[in-house]
Amino acid sequence: MSTADPRAAVLDEARALRWEIGRDFHDKLMEAVYADAARIAARSVTRDGAEAAFSWGRAVDRVVTSKLFGFPLMILLFAAVFWITITGANVPSGMLAALLLDRGHPFLLGLAAQIGMPGWLSGLLIDGCYLATAWVVSVMLPPMAIFFPLFTLLEDLGYLPRVAFNLDKTFQRAGAHGKQALTMMMGFGCNAAGVIAARVIDSPRERLIAIITNNFALCNGRWPTQILVAALFLGSLVPAYLAGLISAAAVVAVALLGVFLSFGVSWLLSRTVLRGEVSSFSLELPPYRPPRILQTIYTSIIDRTLFVLWRAVVFALPAGAVIWLISNVSVGGASLAEHAIGFLDPFAFLLGLNGVILLAYVVAIPANEIVIPTALMLTVMTSPLTGIGEGAGVMFELDSLGDTLRVLEAGGWTVLTAVNVMLFSLIHNPCSTTLYTIHKETGSWKWTAVSALLPLALGFVVTFFVAQVWRLLA
Amino acid sequence: MRRSGTAPCAGCPMQGDGGLRRLGIDMSQADLVVALAGNPNTGKSTVFNALTGLRQHTGNWPGKTVTRAEGAFSYGGKRFKVVDLPGTYSLLATSADEEVARDFILFGRPDVTVVVVDATRLERNLNLVLQVLEITDRAVVCLNLMDEAERNGIRVDHRALARDLGVPVVPTAARSGRGLSELLEAIDGVATGAVATKPHRIDVQGGALSEALERLVPRIRELYPELPNARWVALRLLEEDPAIVEALKSGELGMITEDYAVPTAEGPR
Repeated sequence: MSTADPRAAVLDEARALRWEIGRDFHDKLMEAVYADAARIAARSVTRDGAEAAFSWGRAVDRVVTSKLFGFPLMILLFAAVFWITITGANVPSGMLAALLLDRGHPFLLGLAAQIGMPGWLSGLLIDGCYLATAWVVSVMLPPMAIFFPLFTLLEDLGYLPRVAFNLDKTFQRAGAHGKQALTMMMGFGCNAAGVIAARVIDSPRERLIAIITNNFALCNGRWPTQILVAALFLGSLVPAYLAGLISAAAVVAVALLGVFLSFGVSWLLSRTVLRGEVSSFSLELPPYRPPRILQTIYTSIIDRTLFVLWRAVVFALPAGAVIWLISNVSVGGASLAEHAIGFLDPFAFLLGLNGVILLAYVVAIPANEIVIPTALMLTVMTSPLTGIGEGAGVMFELDSLGDTLRVLEAGGWTVLTAVNVMLFSLIHNPCSTTLYTIHKETGSWKWTAVSALLPLALGFVVTFFVAQVWRLLA
Repeated sequence: MRRSGTAPCAGCPMQGDGGLRRLGIDMSQADLVVALAGNPNTGKSTVFNALTGLRQHTGNWPGKTVTRAEGAFSYGGKRFKVVDLPGTYSLLATSADEEVARDFILFGRPDVTVVVVDATRLERNLNLVLQVLEITDRAVVCLNLMDEAERNGIRVDHRALARDLGVPVVPTAARSGRGLSELLEAIDGVATGAVATKPHRIDVQGGALSEALERLVPRIRELYPELPNARWVALRLLEEDPAIVEALKSGELGMITEDYAVPTAEGPR
């Protein structure tokens, strides 16, 4: 370093001066800032003498964040949100399906026939792309249009930081950052959003833990699967008036299992590959604010619902084409799909699943939302049922839950299959959007691979274990 | 306690607000750049939405804005670009969001920095205001959440505050659109230089530090005569802030760039 460089000279001078001013200089400077702030604030702020001795916010906080009521209240609130979503979404879902599938699909086919479109093209476009998209819209739009406003209302009210506050200790014990609770809450909406939200965590180690485990927050792309399967197989085990309640309870149980897995995997990571100190932070509990209901509904539908729906549609279009193709392109007397299913079946049996389900998960990597329709279509194609479904590669919605149940049972589904589908839907690799986001956020192929393979392996282990125990007991 | 001119529809685009036109994300040919800084959960995003007409998601929890959001509006015939910075308690750049906020105020050289503060927690919020005023002369304090303060029996004398801070202080309740036109006036005035500011500077007690600054500041001014915040740079150099040391070495401190972009990753909301 030459002293002829004036910039270097200034730096040298600063370095020399640093020794003269002493080490506590930073603290002194911050004290000066605080002192000035206190003085100025004191001069301009007056409080009414009769300041309310009783504060509603503090009283509510004492209950909401109490050791005794905090957790049960939290679970109750989320169960209520899920229950309203499940029961409320049924009717509009059916109406959308009637419009888009029962009417729209034959109408489009008729139109295609009129203009003389070749069969393979109308198959690819209408039976493949259109049906996949229509299915995703009719299954996803109503629950999201109910769930997101409810969730946003809770958020606007100021409840989310309280959840973070409640979970903070547990996360710290798991060797993770307390703010991971907030990223997990975002993950319940969309894992890709949750991964981005992990930026609020400063320590790279804890941020990685939050990113890798975000997948265990059940995202909205996976509820339709959870809700449908729970309603079909678990709801039908009990009397009709209890069915909604039991289905909601099963979905909450799966979501809770996800939370526990978040803790467990965080704990494991922080004690093995991502060892280090837990950093402390201050979390401010904001005041409760009366939510602006109309605005919340409007923005949560525009910003969240339509945004997520659009993403699902973008992925459903090509996936629909792929499904149609693998069901209609034959090699050696059987379609590609049948070959794949036959290949996957023995392995899937060990997991208490079947080849159809595994293939559906592979096809649905871009978007979890289309797992169930894909599985249904593949089931019909390979099962001896006749008179149901519309032919190879056609995704469809069945008129009633009973019909759907009949198709699935004919495809060899049992209660075990249903339970393991729900488990596997929670515990498998994140969708490709989330993986892409993880790569963008971490800038590392290694951590992206870990984020994909760790939950997948865990899913195999869990479903395998459940299947073996189930078969032993049954 | 609404004042005249801020009726319930003050927030709607039809109202005009003295010539406010919300331009959403159309940021073409911005004449002036406005940065929005503030502690977490003081309503920065609500102010941002009120100015731009955008619907950046607002949520009642701290740390919600992790990326820099940008939007635009026009007022008084000029086009303003607004940058919503992540909420921070300080600008010491000890974390990623503090760094984004500080780097933008420092290197982005906004024409005006609006510090949104929570009127119910003024003292703590002022810590950030004072740090911003060390970096830039062109600042406006948006004293937000006045409705909440009133409900809690807290009164803030914004004139006294403006006198002490040396920059305009505008009381607002952004959720209902109250005070928005006054805020626009202040933003316009400071950004164009029509309103002169004389920002409060932190009283550095202690002889050794004062002496060190007296020696270092002139040296920095020699290198970069245009620099508006030589004292702050000197303080950062004394603390051996790596980003500032690097900026001095590379000469970045001397550059007055029109549109410095802090790298951000875009992603789904």
